Amino acid sequence: MIERRTFSRKLFIYANYIFLALFSLTCLFPIAHMAAMSLSSNAAVTAGWVTVWPIGFNLDSYKYIFSNNVFMNTVGVSFQRLFLGVSISLTLTVLAAYPLSKSQLKFRSRTAYSWFFVVTMIFNGGLIPTFMVVKETGLMDSIWALVLPSAVNVFNVVLMLNFFRTQPHELDESAQMDGAGAWRTLWSIYLPISMPSLATIALFTIIFHWNSWFDGMIYMNSPSNYPLQTYLRTVIVSRDLTNMNANDLSLIANISNRTVMAAQLFVSMLPVLCIYPFLQKYFVKGIVLGSVKG
Amino acid sequence: MSMELKGTHKRRLSTGAYHLMLLPAVILVLIYSYGPIVGIVISFQDFIPSNGWFGSEWIGLDNFKYVFGMPNTMQVIGNTLLISFLKMIVGIVFPLGLAILLNEVKNVLFKRTVQTVVYMPYFLSWIILSGILIDILSPSGGIVNNFLAFLGIEPIYFLGEGPWFRFILVASHIWKELGFDTIVYLAAILSIDKSLYEAASLDGAGHMKQMWHITLPGMRPIIVLLSVLSLGNILNAGFDQVFNLYSPQVYSSADILDTYVYRIGMEQMQYGVATAVGLFKSFVSFVFICTSYLLAYRLANYRIF
Repeated sequence: MIERRTFSRKLFIYANYIFLALFSLTCLFPIAHMAAMSLSSNAAVTAGWVTVWPIGFNLDSYKYIFSNNVFMNTVGVSFQRLFLGVSISLTLTVLAAYPLSKSQLKFRSRTAYSWFFVVTMIFNGGLIPTFMVVKETGLMDSIWALVLPSAVNVFNVVLMLNFFRTQPHELDESAQMDGAGAWRTLWSIYLPISMPSLATIALFTIIFHWNSWFDGMIYMNSPSNYPLQTYLRTVIVSRDLTNMNANDLSLIANISNRTVMAAQLFVSMLPVLCIYPFLQKYFVKGIVLGSVKG
Repeated sequence: MSMELKGTHKRRLSTGAYHLMLLPAVILVLIYSYGPIVGIVISFQDFIPSNGWFGSEWIGLDNFKYVFGMPNTMQVIGNTLLISFLKMIVGIVFPLGLAILLNEVKNVLFKRTVQTVVYMPYFLSWIILSGILIDILSPSGGIVNNFLAFLGIEPIYFLGEGPWFRFILVASHIWKELGFDTIVYLAAILSIDKSLYEAASLDGAGHMKQMWHITLPGMRPIIVLLSVLSLGNILNAGFDQVFNLYSPQVYSSADILDTYVYRIGMEQMQYGVATAVGLFKSFVSFVFICTSYLLAYRLANYRIF
């Protein structure tokens, strides 16, 4: 009886390992397939030989996209919005979260400000009015349209505020005793200890900006101002590389729309693939705090 | 007396700094969040963009009547509800199952690898995931159809036929979101009292029985909570996903409220009508969110603030 149970238990454990391994490979497969296609020859891709390993290995698709001005230009726009967006967002988040983390006694308008921000988490004007405001404030076709409307993320402000609030009151009081004003206290006492939280928010903001595409599509009139993901959409949806002018004929034998698209997709994934494993740890903590609170 | 004065003076100074710190965020939120909220007024107007938000003729609820008179609108609402309901159900079952299976794994490295792999698509944009899906599902040369051909099955146009399209929507939704929800469920499993398992095994309950009688009931609160909270999202069927995968062939089974608003507003330039649809959606969502939080509070004692 006992032996049978241990046998079935063992069976379950092995079956479980095999199932989970196969399952994760299935989740990974489409991405690995893309990567393999981007490194394969056009002939092998067209013939359908490529699965998860490159066949007819070559780097021509990558040579092509890195010499393609349109693609490189959109990468430039993406990095520009990343830099502006992350630095502005972080600054605003810290500056807004710090006063809001003070108690009602120290900062009486706190509640009013909190409501002012929280309301925007529940209500929004929707697509068309937002579009019109961006247009009216003169941001169309400029990088600021991708940065300013999303600069204040109330959710991040709440995260930061809660972090500040968990710090001991004495920090504030002793700083004030020493004659430091609010700015000084924030800058030299609170900011240094909040680096881990700030780093987490920064990583999420990086991923947000890197992945955004819709704003680029509606606020940019000229494709030369598109960020990378918006440009990718035009490539994917039209499935046609109108700008594939073959100034280097030697490349053409190895590349095709599909291999080039695969290479572009893979390149645009890379930054995220490098960052996300670091986020997991913080993320888990955040969710656990948020959801298992009750 | 003088001490007190000095005190109040100092306090006023420091809150002045607080107001100043909040100023940039307040200005941006005022313009880009409250501005558009004011702009909702155009859903009650026969809106002409050159006249500004308050210069067009007020027509009461005519935009809403017009929208609900259109034959597509009910179909779009139906699609939205069906797609997000399917996603909701599958979005509970799969992560729950995966979490329970992962919990049985004792090898930490293996467990973490599986989690990291499954978690990956969560961070990729729907542009990238759609690009991948469009390629692998292509009826001419996509690897999935190549494989089906190998099995002797006729090629299937997954993204061009309504029922298959919905299936792909739900399946790819799981592909992207699975890792995130699994982590939540895993955390819930870890919070179950270990002594329950010891007591059960002393009483002779096997692993399967423990799973059924302890793990699942132990997770009931979090399952109830997550499903109730997802009610608030019932009208969000996934704009990014649908918009980047659909085509006019599948509008009848895949068009959802958000894509509908986009086409009416940005493509047909009917600003007033599009804003009316958006307002309708926000209003219904708001009712759902309130209900879901009320339910979450009643059923799971959950509070946001």
